[in-house]
Amino acid sequence: MNALVISAVLGVVMMFSGILLKQKSAVRNVAIAGMVLLLIVNVLELCGNVFFNIDSKGMIEFDRFALLFNTIVYVSAILYLLLSARDMEKVGVNYAEYLALIFFILCGITLTSSFRSLLILFLGIEIISIPLYILTGSDKRNLKSNEASLKYFLLGAFSTGLMLMGIALIYGAQGSFDTTRVSSFQGTASPLLVAGMVLLLFSMAFKVSAAPFHFWTPDVYDGAPTVFTSFMATIVKAAVFIAFIRLFDEAFGTLQSQWQLLIAIITVATLFIGNITAVFQQSVKRMLAYSSIAQAGFMMLALYAMNADAKEGLLLYVTAYSLATIGIFAVLIKMKDYTFEGFNGFAKQQPLLAATTTICLLSLAGIPLTAGFLSKFYMLKAALGTGKHLWLVIFAVLMAAVSVYYYFRVIQAMYFKDGEVQKIDVSPAFKWTLVVVTALVVLLGVFPNLLLNWYYF
Amino acid sequence: MIPVLLILIPLLTGFAAFFIKNEKQVKSWALFSGIITLGISLTGLLLIKDSTYLQQNCEWLSSLGSSFSVKLDGMGQLLCLLTAIVYPLIFIATWDNSYKRSNNFFALMLLAQAGLMGVFVAMDALVFYFFWELALIPMYFLCSQWGGERRIAVTFKFFIYTFVGSLLMLIGIIYIQSRTEGGSFAIEAFYKVALTNGQQSWLFWLFFIAFAIKMPIFPFHTWQPDTYEQAPTATTMVLSGVMVKMGLVGIIRWLVPVLPAASHGWGDVVMTMSVIGIVYASLIAIRQDDIKRLVAYSSIAHIGLMCMAIFSENLSGLQGVMIQMFNHGINIIGLWIMVEIIERRFGTRKLSELGGLAHKAPAMAIFFVIIALANIALPLTNAFAGEFLMFNSLLNAKTSYLYAILFMVFAGLGIIFGAVYTLNMIRRIFYGEVSAVVSTGVSADIKGYEKFALGIIVLLIFTMGIYPQLLLDITEEISQFISGRFFKPGIN
Repeated sequence: MNALVISAVLGVVMMFSGILLKQKSAVRNVAIAGMVLLLIVNVLELCGNVFFNIDSKGMIEFDRFALLFNTIVYVSAILYLLLSARDMEKVGVNYAEYLALIFFILCGITLTSSFRSLLILFLGIEIISIPLYILTGSDKRNLKSNEASLKYFLLGAFSTGLMLMGIALIYGAQGSFDTTRVSSFQGTASPLLVAGMVLLLFSMAFKVSAAPFHFWTPDVYDGAPTVFTSFMATIVKAAVFIAFIRLFDEAFGTLQSQWQLLIAIITVATLFIGNITAVFQQSVKRMLAYSSIAQAGFMMLALYAMNADAKEGLLLYVTAYSLATIGIFAVLIKMKDYTFEGFNGFAKQQPLLAATTTICLLSLAGIPLTAGFLSKFYMLKAALGTGKHLWLVIFAVLMAAVSVYYYFRVIQAMYFKDGEVQKIDVSPAFKWTLVVVTALVVLLGVFPNLLLNWYYF
Repeated sequence: MIPVLLILIPLLTGFAAFFIKNEKQVKSWALFSGIITLGISLTGLLLIKDSTYLQQNCEWLSSLGSSFSVKLDGMGQLLCLLTAIVYPLIFIATWDNSYKRSNNFFALMLLAQAGLMGVFVAMDALVFYFFWELALIPMYFLCSQWGGERRIAVTFKFFIYTFVGSLLMLIGIIYIQSRTEGGSFAIEAFYKVALTNGQQSWLFWLFFIAFAIKMPIFPFHTWQPDTYEQAPTATTMVLSGVMVKMGLVGIIRWLVPVLPAASHGWGDVVMTMSVIGIVYASLIAIRQDDIKRLVAYSSIAHIGLMCMAIFSENLSGLQGVMIQMFNHGINIIGLWIMVEIIERRFGTRKLSELGGLAHKAPAMAIFFVIIALANIALPLTNAFAGEFLMFNSLLNAKTSYLYAILFMVFAGLGIIFGAVYTLNMIRRIFYGEVSAVVSTGVSADIKGYEKFALGIIVLLIFTMGIYPQLLLDITEEISQFISGRFFKPGIN
């Protein structure tokens, strides 16, 4: 509850800071300080200090799962701001507003991770989506950015419609928005409930860009200013996944036999399309967009399995994925040329940046000693734990092997190919932050319990 | 204690090497590290009798059922010793080579050594998997950065092959772990797990493909000749001398004892694949012009024989494989050092361009002939005892008698072909007319430090050839143990 209130307030504070503070660096410092404040109050709540006792009538519940995920989000957001906040200046003039929108998104994320009522889920998803439409189109003079924004908005509105329709059907069947009451029914589930569940499944699949609802992703991620792509592809996607698993665990856990095969099919399609299409990309940015689809496919395995390993593993997965992707995007933003060739000879010019990017890429590919490996490991373990559909697991690892191909293309370009990279200048602080991100990726790969112990104790 | 040191020393010295910019210094540093590791390995083998110092078990990932458990058994001792001997030899023999960004080169070499040591001593499936991959990553960078012209594509193929294999193995590991009592990754738990024959049957392939790619066994071998050819020779030595043993260790320690019924059931298939590989690789080796490719194909044939011997399920075969793993490592490193010396002197590896070298470099010729004869397992050389034991076991293979005879005949054919291409290679390099390249090339015979490295190898060849009991004693206990877990009809 702490973070929910404070993030909303901070959003407003950021809007005014644009008027009151003349210097952009001051605005940026306020934002970073605000983010640290959010992290602190959230950790305090995790330790049992609740400042705001607002009675939500059971519509919101901040359990350990939600609070731990929020902590992950705020840590990632701090690192994101430290790495990329400076680059937002290049997007347009409304610097303070961009930061304000980011705080509003975080407010929405706090809701989606802790909802107990379908209404709150809907609210949270909308609070996340609307600022994102704006951020996608924030580069106003760029045609691609406008196109992406419009496309995102139209398709997003459509999926929101599906979600509302689903919620309405569920309300019709169960007479409640409460997730615990949705899951309790006598005898067989009514067709209305199942239909509503399927509609919700589709709209959530759209938000996490799972195939066959992924068509917006490459265009939007590619068209949006790269700083905001980084945010969308990591923190936002992670939040929607947490909402997804919470919804299907709490509200539709009793319907598992109905949706398990459906999710298995979506998983296979997502893995296949994400990985195979990523192989053919020429631009690293677009490749990362498809890689985000491919990684979503792996995270779908947690939904499919829906056991203790799955929830624990998904927390680790979103952390590993977000950190690594933020680390790669932070470097990509600095580049002038987004193609693979643009990275030729990068290791010679920027050995440290090349090394951190390599470790992040290795993590995404799932090489041991990085967090990416253990999170994939958890997913496979969870999926094998269900004891059926072994082919799904084998398919997933084959696709993971395909993913090595496109991640390693960047490494090959950086280290083994010669070329002249345009000189980029980065501050020592930027480098140190990247080192911290990489260190976290490796540390979680060796001691995942540093994170997961918080879930239990 | 000892196994942890064997992993930690190369690991830490490897990381330190990244920061030593001076080429001379980093070479000395790497050699120094290699000698320390050798010292520790010898201490563990000869001096320490108390087994508590030979193992270590620390808490790690306990919520997953895994712990950092390492132990030096006979097989581990032998292979760690091999790794520890090979590294200083490589550094000495390639002392004159100069590398761009040499600090990275030596750092990655040492990191690979840490990974290899880890694979040989790991007693926990997840730790084993970690090190399995960890040995691969530095190798990938070494081959891609410092290799020949086609290095990037070739190394990438190698990486994808092994990565696919190891991911399949990961599924197998997780599956077996979920069936163990209390969900443990420890090797003892894996040995106790009860699986039906049906489960074993498909799990077998998940593991075997990973190991077969690494060794490599026909038809998973296609990455190997290209990679050996394109990699820098120092790296090729590690790949072929030590890294292929990872696959054999995997089979001996993690496959046959864990899935005995499936290993028995699929034994014929695996042996057939291996024997095809032996004949096929030998035939191709006869036609090769490039010495590096020739040695690469001969390596496929040798490894194929070892794989057959394991699946013939006899104690003698297992003993033969154990000592052959060591001896094959020594011999092939010797061959690579010779290839390296020839290439450095004359700038070519083509048999058709060489000839008459014995006149110019008599000492080189003597060393080469000894090592080459060891490679075809002549009596008195180290490989003889191992091959004898393995053939003995092939004849008593637990398959039908007809199959055993067939396998014998074809594997024997491979040995004959081996003699053909090896002797042919000697003839074409050292005898006959002095070729143009040789007459204009640097005339100097091998130098002092090269003599030193080759001398040690020749010494090992003769010692182990005359008195193989030295090695057999080390592996006696573990061979007995593993052979006790072979499939016994009626009991299972």
